[in-house]
Amino acid sequence: MQLPLLIVLDLLVVLILMYLFRVVRGPTLCDRVLGLNGISTKAILLLIVIGTVYERVEVFVDIATGYALLNLVGVLAIAKYLERRGAA
Amino acid sequence: MTLSYELPLLLLLLLTACAAVLVKDLISAVLILGSYSFFLALVWAWLGAPDVAFVEAVVGAGLATVFFLLTLLSTAPKDTHIRRHAPPKAAMLLLPLLAALLLYATSDLPRFGDPQSPASVHVSPHYLKNSLADTRTTNVVTAVLMDYRALDTLIETAVVFTAGIACWLLLRRDVK
Repeated sequence: MQLPLLIVLDLLVVLILMYLFRVVRGPTLCDRVLGLNGISTKAILLLIVIGTVYERVEVFVDIATGYALLNLVGVLAIAKYLERRGAA
Repeated sequence: MTLSYELPLLLLLLLTACAAVLVKDLISAVLILGSYSFFLALVWAWLGAPDVAFVEAVVGAGLATVFFLLTLLSTAPKDTHIRRHAPPKAAMLLLPLLAALLLYATSDLPRFGDPQSPASVHVSPHYLKNSLADTRTTNVVTAVLMDYRALDTLIETAVVFTAGIACWLLLRRDVK
């Protein structure tokens, strides 16, 4: 496997770990939601890089698009929940 | 090659799983469980199964999170904090032993992608050889799912449809 891609993959995991710290510790719920949103953007990138490693980018772009769309629905559901509950 | 990148992914998986179990708030647990599902999808993608990764990302990380949140929204518990009891001593002792036993058993598994493994030499060659002539379908997975196991898939679809109706009945808004 190409070394530069491996370095990119590992750097993305380090970034995800930073977000994960905020998700797990995050004092308020908003911290967790924002952290989760950040993780999902990094994870979409990660999927595409994995696709590049396997030289099957088309399939992985489909997965990443599907996940990005559903992630939007998820964040909207969380926002709706917070709004309904009236607390952040 | 496979091992080099699995380790960070599995570490993320382990971290999120522990966090989801240990966190003291239901909504946070749901959110962390969503990220756990997504890391699982990444592991599937890394192991070369993009179809499974797609389902895990869409259903596990997307739909399940939304359904959990909708459940919390419509049941509206006063207090979403969880009061946990300390786990019993026997579980703390026996579960690590079970994990060690399972890890020991993995040494007998065939190597990843081994063409001579029992799973690859049993019925797979038959389907790979005959599915085009039998079913006129170019995709072997589709042929197995929709032709050889058509009845199974039909009943599965019925189950999913019933579950969809149940979800709709439970989650619909009351129109007055």
